[in-house]
Amino acid sequence: MYLRFNLVVGGLLTALVILGGVFAPWLTSRDPIMDADLMNAEIPPGAEFWFGTDTQGRDIFTRVLYGARVSLTVGVVSQGINSLIGLMLGISAGYWGGWWDDFVNGLTNVMLAIPSLIFALAVMAILGPGLSSLLIALGLTNWSWTCRIARSSTLSLKSLGYVQAAQTVGYGDIRIMASQLLPNMVGPILVMATLGIGSAVLSEAALSFLGLGIHPPTPSWGNMLTDARELIMIAPWATIFPGLAIFLTVLGFNLLGDGLRDVLDPHMRTRKV
Amino acid sequence: MLRFTIRRLLQMIPTVIVVALLIFVIFSVVPGSFAASLIADGRADADPALLARLNREFGLDKPLYERFAQYLYDIARFDLGTSFRTRQPVVDLIEARIWASLKLAVAAMAFAAAFGVPLGFIAALRPGSLLDTSTMIGAVSGLSMPQFWLGLLLMYVFALQLGWLPSFGYGDGGLLHLILPAITLGLTPLALLARTTRAGVLDVLNADFIRTAHSKGMSNARVVRWHVARNALVLIVTTVGLQFGSLMGQAVVIEKLFSWPGIGSLLVDSVAVRDIPTVQGTILVIVLWFLCINTLIDLVYAAIDPRIKQG
Repeated sequence: MYLRFNLVVGGLLTALVILGGVFAPWLTSRDPIMDADLMNAEIPPGAEFWFGTDTQGRDIFTRVLYGARVSLTVGVVSQGINSLIGLMLGISAGYWGGWWDDFVNGLTNVMLAIPSLIFALAVMAILGPGLSSLLIALGLTNWSWTCRIARSSTLSLKSLGYVQAAQTVGYGDIRIMASQLLPNMVGPILVMATLGIGSAVLSEAALSFLGLGIHPPTPSWGNMLTDARELIMIAPWATIFPGLAIFLTVLGFNLLGDGLRDVLDPHMRTRKV
Repeated sequence: MLRFTIRRLLQMIPTVIVVALLIFVIFSVVPGSFAASLIADGRADADPALLARLNREFGLDKPLYERFAQYLYDIARFDLGTSFRTRQPVVDLIEARIWASLKLAVAAMAFAAAFGVPLGFIAALRPGSLLDTSTMIGAVSGLSMPQFWLGLLLMYVFALQLGWLPSFGYGDGGLLHLILPAITLGLTPLALLARTTRAGVLDVLNADFIRTAHSKGMSNARVVRWHVARNALVLIVTTVGLQFGSLMGQAVVIEKLFSWPGIGSLLVDSVAVRDIPTVQGTILVIVLWFLCINTLIDLVYAAIDPRIKQG
């Protein structure tokens, strides 16, 4: 029961955000940046402006829709980079062992000691604000858990014997890693990636809120909150809706990740019942 | 025990050096020097003599390896350099703010543990109940909540609308100013603690020795108090410790939001003006804090469970 609840609600929320972001131009006739109109400033939510308008009279519903594009791009691309780094380091460390394994382990421990948001903050300080720096900052700083899981999966797969069988047949190292090891750890890695997208969305929002991520006028849920904060007394809706969008998006990815884990991990499933 | 303690403390040193190297390298590969960026920002004319003088003043004209060696040597003497912005020693800047950060972290963790652990425990004792389901839904919501947004909402309701609590700042350091930031910061660890406590207790409840205890006629209350609580404690202590260690890093946005004068807001302000020595120093302190707490957890374990010492 609970098992399906996670998957269904998580899947629905995630689908909602993806559809909203992708079809933003068809779902609204307004422009997120250019349609500023001071005559319409700070109008409460209603029939014309579903989520109300901000200080510059821009439609918040439109901006939230377009904000989904930024959040999803940052979430998916940066987590993609993280998964790739984690997989390459983790599998190769587990497969080759030796000094390379020690090196990767040491690096992972160091990365775990530096909080991802702090690390990203440092990288943003150097690269300056913007979408591409965000992708790099968040993509290079959150791969340690993926790496650990990939490494331990590789170690346990190696003990099963079919890696040895593949070696006997004459497969090269890279081919074994890609065709024998990688497909066998897709499940846990996918779970990590789904949860990772959620945390990347949160980090992006936090960095943009601090003025170190996406800069206005490009709408991002984080930087919308920076502006909204100033007028929270007059226009609380400008704070409520972008925040709600972040919350529901992250909730969607978290539930989806939990649901996937329940389905893919038999140990967890028996415990739930 | 003493030997284990010393060994565990010595193990921290290489990690600290690598972290320092990493932080150092990140900030040294910046294209163009700090002095050049000052000039680019329009704060000075592009005068080569001035540029050279600024670089010399901050020691930026020496080769990279020499600067790193100097940097490590300075760290070992608790010298984190001089702030580009205020020209005060970074150590002084951090010292002036670290107590506020510690206070916030302790308050947030106390709040999280006081609510998270009992909630998770009760939920696990009645799996599938309404309380269990709502606790778990609440926990996953807590983990998905952007903390600064929650802070904004709390500020709006309790400070601006109801007027019960101050909306930001440190005040005279009293409890009133601490409440909102601590609750905001404590929510994520609270949710995580509720989840781990529940999972840990469920694990213990399924163990064989619990069935044995029941079958020899031990009362339910005694089983829970005597066996379940003690065995789940290890996992709870780990989670509390790990969360406490990373709280200083998580606090950055919250401190900024509530204008809390801790090292998190110092870090954000320094990043904004590219005050590199202060940024490096605060990050190093946050990482050191995390490593020290982790080492402490290991030592506590070794004291509880002698088997760990051999490992």
